[in-house]
Amino acid sequence: MLLQQLINGLTLGGVYAIIALGYTMVYGILELINFAHGEIYMLGAYLGIIFLGIFTSLGLTAANFPLALLLTVLMTVLFCSAYGFTMEKVAYKPLRNAPRLSPLISAIGVSIFLQNYVMLTQGATDKVFPYRYGETHIRFLSVDLTALQAAIIITSALLMTGLHLFQKTRMGKAMRATAQDKTMAALVGINVDTIISMTFIIGAGLAAVAGIMVASYYGIVNYSIGYMAGIKAFTAAVLGGIGSIPGAMLGGILLGLIESIGAAYISSEYKDVYAFIVLLIILLIRPSGILGGYSEEKV
Amino acid sequence: MFVLEARELTKHFGGLKALEAVSFKVKEGAIHSIIGPNGAGKTTLFNCLTGVTRPTRGSIHFSGQEISRLQPHEVAELGIARTFQNIRLFPEMTVMENVMVAQHTRTKYGLLSAVLRGSSFMSKERAVREKGFEYLELMGLEDHAEALAGNLPYGSQRRLEIARALATEPKIILLDEPTAGMNPMETLEVMDLIRKVKGLGKTVILIEHDMKLVMGISEWILVLDHGVGIAEGSPEEVRNDPLVIEAYLGRETTH
Repeated sequence: MLLQQLINGLTLGGVYAIIALGYTMVYGILELINFAHGEIYMLGAYLGIIFLGIFTSLGLTAANFPLALLLTVLMTVLFCSAYGFTMEKVAYKPLRNAPRLSPLISAIGVSIFLQNYVMLTQGATDKVFPYRYGETHIRFLSVDLTALQAAIIITSALLMTGLHLFQKTRMGKAMRATAQDKTMAALVGINVDTIISMTFIIGAGLAAVAGIMVASYYGIVNYSIGYMAGIKAFTAAVLGGIGSIPGAMLGGILLGLIESIGAAYISSEYKDVYAFIVLLIILLIRPSGILGGYSEEKV
Repeated sequence: MFVLEARELTKHFGGLKALEAVSFKVKEGAIHSIIGPNGAGKTTLFNCLTGVTRPTRGSIHFSGQEISRLQPHEVAELGIARTFQNIRLFPEMTVMENVMVAQHTRTKYGLLSAVLRGSSFMSKERAVREKGFEYLELMGLEDHAEALAGNLPYGSQRRLEIARALATEPKIILLDEPTAGMNPMETLEVMDLIRKVKGLGKTVILIEHDMKLVMGISEWILVLDHGVGIAEGSPEEVRNDPLVIEAYLGRETTH
């Protein structure tokens, strides 16, 4: 029972972690809470359905052409990254030197815009993910694990490892340098605008994958799912220490575990409450989050 | 040969005239100093030269190219590097990473090759690391390569800042008070380091308050006061200039 809940929690937590990474990366560089990040996740879920629909209507169903699923993911990532890139250029870049509240309000505006844009173009009713993948059950120790759960856990782990390796590359180092001191980064020859765009592209790409995974896991999607997912992922990022990449990973996984264990042992009615209770306690003890370092206010 | 020339450089912050029609020429391969009382506009001048602030009027020519409207990263790419009076390292990166990231513009490879980790990527990565190690050795930091930059002692942080500036492979290196907060022993060490930097064929522009250091090392000095260039020339010429004496000590009164 406990092991089963750990697996469920890990599935959920992996998804939270992947969304939280986008929040924390953008915050690390711009000190902006990108409230529209959850909407990118929602767009990812919709685009997943759309591309899968297109492939299916071309006769390329996942059953006879497994590559269709991979292509769907790639196309969705591409589109969501484009959304992320455009969002930054249109809504945040013009406000780069404005007081901090302005881009925050702009972010809320983008969030409302994207929700309504999807509601108007896709309808306000729930959409169903066209095909349930990975219904095969795997028995593993006394645990019942669906292939889809395994796929989500593995994908999340791969993405997190990939991001960790990316941090060591030339571009990754430039990104970390930019997060620590934008002016100084520019003075050693780093194009800060490119790095910021890159951050939004990577964050949005990760959210897109999370969107598809959740859409296929729950099988149902509507225009407002980005809100709750966004809040949860934001909580995960704060829990781990906002701005910290390992923090977002840890925070996401912890959040998923807390939710599923709380739902199983206490009551599933209060599923959404446990995460926030833990967040409150952590913030009271460690205001900067579990892995968040003490950071001086930059002058 | 002049590598850098400022013409009528002017910077106003609202009503404050931080720089007023400052002109000067910088000779290739020499050590230049900019001195002046606090608030004279020295750091503003550095900010203009590196693209951090845009001058209100005037122009800056670097190797024959006008650079006063360029972005900081473009100026860095052309070959001007700087350090700060209050040290600005990337504190949460290692010492080695600090010098590696500074080679950013000099090493170009695609994202794909970085992800695939092909042999050309690995050899470039090794070259960057080796070059970084050379800069660290030059500044005597090779034993601390894997330490976090923020954990280094003060003097080493200063040296790392110079190493990082060198790693951008500049033609000109601007040092903003490299001896701030140092004792006389450490100041002497910094003087040696500056000579070493010059020995690499770099042009050095120095902002400095330590007069002994300035007079001992500079080939040419510009004196700023309230944003105006009041004197320039060799250390001897500047030392005996009545305007300079007045700016530093006040007007002589007759009894």
